[in-house]
Amino acid sequence: MSFRSLDEIVSKCEEQKKPFWRIILEDDMEERMVSAEESMKLMEKLYLTMKSADASYDDKLMSSSRLVGQDGARMDRAVREGKVIGGDFIGVVIAKALKMGESNACMKKIVAAPTAGSCGVIPAVLLTYEEKYQVPLERMLEAMYVASGIGEVIAERASLSGAAGGCQAEIGSASAMAAGALAYLNGGDNLSIIHAAAMSLKNLLGLVCDTVGGLVEVPCVKRNVVGAVNAIASADMAVAGIVSRIPPDEVIDAMREVGEALPKSLRETGEGGLAATPTGQEVMKHIIR
Amino acid sequence: MNVFDIMGPIMVGPSSSHTAGAVRIGYTARQLLREEIKSAKLYLHGSFLATGKGHGTDKALIAGLLGIKPDDERIIQSFDLAKERGMEYSFEGIELKGAHPNSVLLKLEGVRGTQLELVASSIGGGLIVINQIDGVKADITASYPTLIIHNVDEPGHVSMVATILGQQAVNIATMHIYRDKRGGNAVMIIECDQEVTPDTIAMLRSTSGIKKVTYLSMEEEHEF
Ligand code: SF4
Repeated sequence: MSFRSLDEIVSKCEEQKKPFWRIILEDDMEERMVSAEESMKLMEKLYLTMKSADASYDDKLMSSSRLVGQDGARMDRAVREGKVIGGDFIGVVIAKALKMGESNACMKKIVAAPTAGSCGVIPAVLLTYEEKYQVPLERMLEAMYVASGIGEVIAERASLSGAAGGCQAEIGSASAMAAGALAYLNGGDNLSIIHAAAMSLKNLLGLVCDTVGGLVEVPCVKRNVVGAVNAIASADMAVAGIVSRIPPDEVIDAMREVGEALPKSLRETGEGGLAATPTGQEVMKHIIR
Repeated sequence: MNVFDIMGPIMVGPSSSHTAGAVRIGYTARQLLREEIKSAKLYLHGSFLATGKGHGTDKALIAGLLGIKPDDERIIQSFDLAKERGMEYSFEGIELKGAHPNSVLLKLEGVRGTQLELVASSIGGGLIVINQIDGVKADITASYPTLIIHNVDEPGHVSMVATILGQQAVNIATMHIYRDKRGGNAVMIIECDQEVTPDTIAMLRSTSGIKKVTYLSMEEEHEF
């Protein structure tokens, strides 16, 4: 049975004196009737696929509409040449988020996390963190369970789909999941985990889904960057002891409400926002068969 | 819902509904036909038609028909692979009344001459539904081993089928019955908890009043 609130997960952690990730892992064992090893194996497969997808980024590819591609390589170059303002860590995160988003648009293999459009957020921060701090694989997998637990609650109370809740439900949720995972990796306790998630989601509340031509390209690829960088900021705040003034579960409910209030034209229909700009419309004419 | 409904699946982009779901539709249609496909006519509806090209929906459908799965990077080369294997295909637009925006009508012919016509929709997150099979309404999620049994609409056939399955220790998860008119053609769609053996299928086929038995296995079969 999945969890209906982040509070419920935290109180279960306290009652059973178990870490956040363990509660989510045990929930999966119960739900799918599998052993801890079997569950971990599958999570490892997902994480290693993210890793190989990042490593096999092809810097020559363009999407079939030719709207996206090659920007991950541009960012990599800027980092190497020391031209980035936010330091190497943020620079690499930006590059990785772009690369995964572009690989998705170019029909390469990715891991939906939680969706294909938002597939760059979680790997961008986790892979960069692992590289920089030499974290053992096992701990990275624990962080993946933390992220998944947050995603489960969002799916339960709100939604993870752009068509239902706008981009706040995709990039916003991915960012919340990533923020919780980062807070955990960086030594945060259970409350930091859920407050990192809450702040991350709050910061992206109201983000609309306005794909140009209805394709998962513009603005999706670059929104993976904002989701990833926002996750870092939120995790840093949470571990510093800053809390969300609105409790985490209430933030998720607010996201649902905002999503329901969004007009259809801003929910993955390719009609409003950036899609409706003169350039967006022009692009649309060229891609329709 | 479990952890891996949130994290994953591993798939080829860009869209779980327009790419991964489309591969599954093609793959499922192939499993239903149970032979290599000689020719395929594809009629795209709604959003599949409008944005399908940019999402690679066309390549995804063909890939599925060739037995390629949603996480296989050969999806992007499926047109070339179809040519190599001698599978003919064509695309057209169509307006399917009342259909889900991501829908396609498939008309398939296998190398041994079997024909199959179905309408399927990709309903999000990679999930699909087959709405129509050989002109009869259906509701198949392709998540369970599924029997599609065409029979004459007369008393007794439904209980006969249920009895045979029970004797063979196959538990019925869901069962739907559709017919065109009273006493006409009827279809039973049975989703099962276990795989149905070839012997059981043969038994069903030889039962009087049963006109056609199609079986969708969840076990992978790339070669027929
Ligand atoms: S803009 Fe829409 S399709 Fe793109 S990532 Fe956001 S929700 Fe997904």
